Amino acid sequence: MKSAVIVFPGSNCDRDVAVALEQVTGRKPEMVWHKESDLPAGTDFIALPGGFSYGDYLRSGAMAARSPIMRAVKDAAGRGVPLIGICNGFQVLTETGLLPGALMRNAGLSFVCRPVSLRVESSQSLFTAQYDSGETVVFPVAHHDGNYQADDATLDRLEGQGRVAFRYLDEVNGSARRIAGILNDAGNVLGLMPHPERVVEPAHGGTDGRRLFEGLLETVS
Amino acid sequence: MKARVFVTLKSGVLDPQGKAIHHALEGLGFSGVNDVRAGKLIELDLADGTSETDIEDMCRKLLANTVIENFRIERLEDA
Repeated sequence: MKSAVIVFPGSNCDRDVAVALEQVTGRKPEMVWHKESDLPAGTDFIALPGGFSYGDYLRSGAMAARSPIMRAVKDAAGRGVPLIGICNGFQVLTETGLLPGALMRNAGLSFVCRPVSLRVESSQSLFTAQYDSGETVVFPVAHHDGNYQADDATLDRLEGQGRVAFRYLDEVNGSARRIAGILNDAGNVLGLMPHPERVVEPAHGGTDGRRLFEGLLETVS
Repeated sequence: MKARVFVTLKSGVLDPQGKAIHHALEGLGFSGVNDVRAGKLIELDLADGTSETDIEDMCRKLLANTVIENFRIERLEDA
């Protein structure tokens, strides 16, 4: 698997994702600066990491979504290359329009930083193939703008098409229908607020996130 | 030429910041505030002759997220 991690000014989980990917796939991902206009040839997995790209100016993810590399990322996603956006990466994906809806300020207004329980809604995706449908996993969250909102028609469509990948078991940030992560129509783009890359080895306090990357490795390579 | 862009949350979109401001106003003893919605004001200094369409394009492509926000443009021709 030849993965690429996109690095924006203000990304701060880029190295965490890179370490997780290297551990699971045995291959160091390419770190791609946002000013690049092309992805490395043969890239077959792309990660948009967490952080505070451009200091969250204007709206979280808004500036990053318009940076030069995103054109190539959109093209790749359109060709079916698997793409994950974690935390700020999820915000970037909604800002680019690759995923519907928007991530707004947490309903409680506080920055939420703790492990949370999630239900894996479906094991029928590239990203969740190694989980059981309905299984509970624990991933950490660390965000201020994780309150997922979309109109009812969009939410119904996401539910109806099995595109809600992860759901919070308890109230975390005010997200509509407690949505924590969603897939695009084709199923090759996942955006989620919790951080699977922060739970890949026992020293992290949990390894629930590891199977997400293992599942990808199995599908992609 | 200058223009102002007002970006506001669409009605029906939950506004946690507006709510917090509302509560704070009540805490200060201001009664009779029915609701508060917070938005943004963006001031643009533009080349003369910039068309309305160009400004709208800027709003749609960047300044507002039209999934959740509305925008209103106010041109200040002589400013």
